[in-house]
Parts: sequence; structure tokens; C-alpha cells
Amino acid sequence: MNGMAQPDNASYYATYTTVLTVILVGVAFAAAAFGANRLLRPTRPTREKLLTYESGVDPVGEGWAQTHVRYYVFAYLYVVFAVDAIYLFPWATVFAAPGFGWVTLVEMFVFLGFIAVGLLYAWRKGVLTWT
Amino acid sequence: MADVLELLLRVGCVFVAFLVLPLLVGQTEHKVMAHMQGRLGPMYAGGFHGWAQLVADGVKFAQKEDIVPANADRRVFQLAPVLALIPYLVALVAIPLAPGLVGAELETGLFFVLAVMGIGVLGSLMGGWASANKYSLLGAFRSAGQLLAYELPFVLAAASVAMAAGTLSLTGIVEAWQPWWLLWQLPGMLVFFVAGLAELHRPPFDMPVADAEIIFGPYTEYTGIRFALFLLAEYAGIVVLAALTTVLFLGGWHGPFSDALGWLWTLLKAFAVAFVVIWVRVAYPRLRSDQLQRLGWQVLVPLALVQLALTGVVSVVIS
Repeated sequence: MNGMAQPDNASYYATYTTVLTVILVGVAFAAAAFGANRLLRPTRPTREKLLTYESGVDPVGEGWAQTHVRYYVFAYLYVVFAVDAIYLFPWATVFAAPGFGWVTLVEMFVFLGFIAVGLLYAWRKGVLTWT
Repeated sequence: MADVLELLLRVGCVFVAFLVLPLLVGQTEHKVMAHMQGRLGPMYAGGFHGWAQLVADGVKFAQKEDIVPANADRRVFQLAPVLALIPYLVALVAIPLAPGLVGAELETGLFFVLAVMGIGVLGSLMGGWASANKYSLLGAFRSAGQLLAYELPFVLAAASVAMAAGTLSLTGIVEAWQPWWLLWQLPGMLVFFVAGLAELHRPPFDMPVADAEIIFGPYTEYTGIRFALFLLAEYAGIVVLAALTTVLFLGGWHGPFSDALGWLWTLLKAFAVAFVVIWVRVAYPRLRSDQLQRLGWQVLVPLALVQLALTGVVSVVIS
């Protein structure tokens, strides 16, 4: 691990205990807010109140309407690139450490080059314009 | 016992920061926006320049009737605001104010914060879908589309700082920071900030909630306390983005007298960034969804890649 001190298990679990506790506090906060609201609020449901809001007009059809998702190609691109980006992080922390240097950097440039060429290809194919 | 006390103290501080800082930002937004537009903003609640306006809003929200539309997917509809809010609370845990002054000192803090922030958007997707409302659905689709445009440049720009510092620990990044990084990492900072604005659905990237077009997007059917949680999530998001920009790009606690007043520097810089977030809202008109895609893929991503290359070359040269 390139001279980086490995945290011992006890402190590792201690930090994540804090994270876990904060998540629990967040859930408790939401529960308390909903609980207080339950005690304080009036409940007088009417048919009109529970109707789906459509600018004051009675709703037409159902809410889960079909739409044309125009950016699904962006979604494919995104998935490819996001997976690539994950590989950057472990590399980012070590590439300048002793024993790595230029070779590691060039290897990453090859990798980034592939990403860039992929993006350029998509661009030239006209994928990056709204269809 | 001492461990438990320390744990409670850390969690308590994070929670208090989570409750207070978003309100401060929200009140600042009320007043700053008003004065930029030649208005006064709230002046009544609390007496002095309406300082208690958001507290009054909170009390009102807590008493409002809870309405779940008859057609909605009830359980998902009710849970969505919680899922939108909690990630920003959790992200605050890892952000350091000063050396040692942090909820949890995570070795992979940067990675953790990016991962957690990515969850927040699920709240608006869930809310938009579960509302069974056409406006909400359109808003949710716009959210999803927006996600594709900003997430990648956001992560790439953050990776550039991790490369420069050689660590993923947020404390480690601030400790490695030098003033000349302001120039070196400038493109990365701009990309990070713009992508962060898009992540928070803040103007000029607020097309998922565009009130003039689709009412309030995914939040159209929400009211009362659930709506308040969505709003709180937005302002907590501003706090997280501002604090993260400060820690990654602006040197966190570095400044005069940083030994004693480091935490104050972090807070001041974060508030300066939050001020810019508000300023941008007043200054720029809303972009269309396709304009954001173009900005994301044809400007932000290439710029982030160039920044990565620049960071890599400079790091190897100086090491």
C-alpha cells in the first residue's frame, strides 16, 4: 500500500459507527417530523382534495402516461463513462507516488484517450444532439 | 463510556449543523434575492428583518394536512422526501471543518460523499413517479435526464483533486492544498460547481421543477411536512455542495490564524460559495433540458478530461 498507514480495524469500525448512527438519527428525525405532523394536523379528506392536480381541470387519462424518452442514448453513454470514472479513483491516489511516475501517467492517458475518442465518436455521429 | 460520549457529541454536532446551516442559507436567500431585485423580503416574523420567517414556515408546514392523492402509489409517495433528505445529512458527516473537527474521519471520504450525494436524486424520481401526475412524471423524467448530464463531470472534476492531493481523504486533500492550486484546479472547480448546481436542481438548471411549465415537477402533489422535507433537502444540498467546493478547491481551513480559527475559515468560504449559488439563481434564466445535455457533454466533460490531463502532468513533473 505504498507506505500509507493501514487503519486498524477498531478505528475503521468506529468511524463507520458514526456514519451508521447519523443515518439512524436521520431516520428518527423524519419519523419525529411525521409523528409531530400526525398529532398537529387536521384530517378532512374530500374527493376533490384527493384528486390528481391537473391545473384545476378534471384529470384526463392516468398519470403514468407514455412519453418519448429522448435521451436514452445519453443514458448508454453515461453508464459506460460512469464505470470508467470509477477506475480513476484508485489510480488517482497512487500515480504520483514513488515508483509510478510517467509510465503510469501515460497508461492513464491511453485510458482517458479511449474515453475521449468514444465521446468524439458519439459527438460526430450526432448522438449528442436532441432528437 | 468516553467513546460513546464522543460518538454522541460528533453525531449531535453534525445533526445541529444539518438543521441550522440550511436555514441560514435559506434566510440568506430570502434577503439576498429580495435586495438584488429591489425588494425587502420577509420583514415581519421575529421582528428584526424577518429573521424567524423560516421557523414560522416550519411551524406552518408541521400543522398542515397531509394529502396523498387517491391515485398515487401511497407508500413510495410518502417515503420519497425521506430518501431525498437523508443523503445530505450523511454527506455532512464526512466533511471536515478543521483538522479533527469532523463527524467521521473517513479514509475514502471523497468517494463516500460522491456516492451518498448520488442517492439524493432518487427521492425526486420516486416522488415524481409515485405521484401519478403528468406534471410530476415529466419532472421526474427531466431529473433523470439531468442526472446523465451532470454526474460524470461532477465525479471527474472531484477525481482531479484526488489526483493532485494523492488521497481520497477530505482532510488529507485540504492538508495537501496549496494556494497556487486555485489556478491549477480552476477549470475543475468551475466544472464541479456548475455540475453541482445541476445536481441540486438549482437555477439555471431547475427545469425538473420549472414552475412556469410543469407546476413544481416531482413535488407538484406534495404538501405540508413532506414538501418541507423536500425543501430542506434542497438547502441542505446547497450546504453540502458549498462545503465540498470549499474543502476540495478553496483550501478549507487554510487562511490567516488557521491554527485557532480554521473552522471559521471553512464556514466563511462555504458561505461565500452559497452566496454565489444564490446569486446565480437571480442572475441567469433557466436552461432547457437539451441545452443542459449539450453543456454537460460538449463543455463540462471535455473540460474535466483536460483538467485530469493537466493535473496528471503537473503532478508527475513536480513529484
